[in-house]
Amino acid sequence: MNYKADQKGYYGVFGGAYIPEMLYPNVEELRQNYLKIMAEPSFQKEFQELLKDYVGRPSPLYFAKRLSEKYTTKIYLKREDLNHTGAHKINNTIGQILMAKRLGKSRIIAETGAGQHGVATATVCALMGLECIVYMGEIDIARQAPNVARMKMLGATVVPALSGSRTLKDATNEAIRDWINNPVDTYYIIGSVVGPHPYPDMVARFQAIISEEIKWQLKEKEGRENPDVIIACVGGGSNAAGAYYHYLNNDEVQLIAVEAAGLGIDSGESAATSVLGKEGIIHGSKTLLMQTEDGQITEPYSISAGLDYPGVGPLHAHLHATKRAEFVSVTDAEAMKAGLELCELEGIIPAIESAHALAVFEKQTFKPNEVIVLNLSGRGDKDLNTYIDYFKL
Amino acid sequence: MNRINQKLQEDKKLLSIYFTAGYPKLDDTASIIQHLEKSGVDLIEIGLPFSDPLADGPTIQASSTQALKNGITTEKLFEQLKDIRQTVSIPLIIMGYFNPMLQYGVEAFCKKCQENGIDGLIIPDLPVDVYHEKYKAIFEKYGLINVLLITPQTSDERIDFIDAISNGFIYMVSSASVTGSQSGFGTVQTDYFKRIADMNLTNPQIVGFGISNNETFTQATKHTKGAIIGSAFIKHLTANGIDTIDKFVKNILA
Repeated sequence: MNYKADQKGYYGVFGGAYIPEMLYPNVEELRQNYLKIMAEPSFQKEFQELLKDYVGRPSPLYFAKRLSEKYTTKIYLKREDLNHTGAHKINNTIGQILMAKRLGKSRIIAETGAGQHGVATATVCALMGLECIVYMGEIDIARQAPNVARMKMLGATVVPALSGSRTLKDATNEAIRDWINNPVDTYYIIGSVVGPHPYPDMVARFQAIISEEIKWQLKEKEGRENPDVIIACVGGGSNAAGAYYHYLNNDEVQLIAVEAAGLGIDSGESAATSVLGKEGIIHGSKTLLMQTEDGQITEPYSISAGLDYPGVGPLHAHLHATKRAEFVSVTDAEAMKAGLELCELEGIIPAIESAHALAVFEKQTFKPNEVIVLNLSGRGDKDLNTYIDYFKL
Repeated sequence: MNRINQKLQEDKKLLSIYFTAGYPKLDDTASIIQHLEKSGVDLIEIGLPFSDPLADGPTIQASSTQALKNGITTEKLFEQLKDIRQTVSIPLIIMGYFNPMLQYGVEAFCKKCQENGIDGLIIPDLPVDVYHEKYKAIFEKYGLINVLLITPQTSDERIDFIDAISNGFIYMVSSASVTGSQSGFGTVQTDYFKRIADMNLTNPQIVGFGISNNETFTQATKHTKGAIIGSAFIKHLTANGIDTIDKFVKNILA
């Protein structure tokens, strides 16, 4: 089976571009050009150089010895947390800022939830000297003050989203409205494998560097390119898409996607879209979506702002529907415990998003000789306040 | 003949008014429709509220949020419209986002529209190609006109395609914007209205976005068949309730 987007951006029944006509010219311009531009040698050269010298790639593939001993299996951590700005998000914003420049755009907009994608976008805009406007829910602005300050220091304008629940979903709505209002000079850098085609496919391709590196790094360490299992957390799903990408059509590699169960699947306070969602349309894409019976989009909840999204990228909806990936739900409590455990066993403070992926080891047993790669998508510095409050540190 | 097509044959500039179902009060829907018809409005767009209305500005967003809080649902809207054809003959169009229709079931939704006297649909986030491939036959089976949008950025080639698959009127978005975000038209807009008029399309054009008073209505309809008012009417309802609707309409048509 093919797990990559077709010409019209569908993954099985999911994907497509369900956008108002006002957005059609912008999205169409991108759709017609993105593969061509990405294939240009000058684009690839600039992209690869920035990933190496600016982001600090390749990110290490680290054998986590003490964690492996505890769970009697072989666990490698793909250290996206060591990237510049602290997460995998920058892989995508570097790619998209180069895309925006080649399309001749002068004004960059983005949405952000916890602020990681906003910071990564503000960073590349500073790097390229382009105007940057980041939409962020009013509630998220209040609870993510350090990232708001970072974006401002990097020269971005942070605009509060005042509608709806005033979180990530609404910030995305506001960014889309801005794009409708500014169809000529503006480029929208979406932060995950969500939105209308070609975004899910383009963002997955920029993040695919993660699995490209895993292949040769694992070959060096284990003598083989394929791990037995890859584990990644999924909100919109960009770090998972990157970690899976070069293994999607290779059935020997088992994929595990970890969603945020919040306070529990049945608690009413959850973000486990694969369990709670139904097919629907959000932000221009047909995918699995948390919604009422009447088709109104509902509010998700997770302690992790990066997983707090009512949908999931169409690629992941397809991986779920076809059972290519196994979806696991992890609660706030399980994730926080796993995050602290990584601090104690390996001296690494993970982002709470990545801590959800780590919690899989308490829920599933792997064989001693199995090789597991876990994508450690971000570092926990941004989450210190949450860790402090939660553990009364 | 569909009521929309009949209306389009009248030798006059048409005024279409948008309002959000379930706003200001849950059960105002029928009453607003009756007032609008009596006031001399030609077409009515009934907004089916959505939690995440991407193409709408703050005014219509806020009315949608309030309507959902008031308890409006798709089923409730159809109940409110059940007897509407006993009192009004004005063309009625439902304007809504695609997800609520998808959840209701597109065919079930269209069937209910027909049963309750709805003449057409406007669905901003149902792309033209998806409509054409998957849903056109269903809409036509239930006698519904799908009103498609064009903007100043829409290419001539695409306008021709949209014209070819339309069978009522074309909704001409006046400028690149969400609803309710501008006042008055400049030469950019009037040039655009004229450019489209010169294309001699099969379907007449009705302009939406940016029309709020007699002046903008007159400008917008100089080269087109009619104009749509949404946000300005919602603002009027918010400030004055439903009793002075005819005063609002008289000021537009003055």
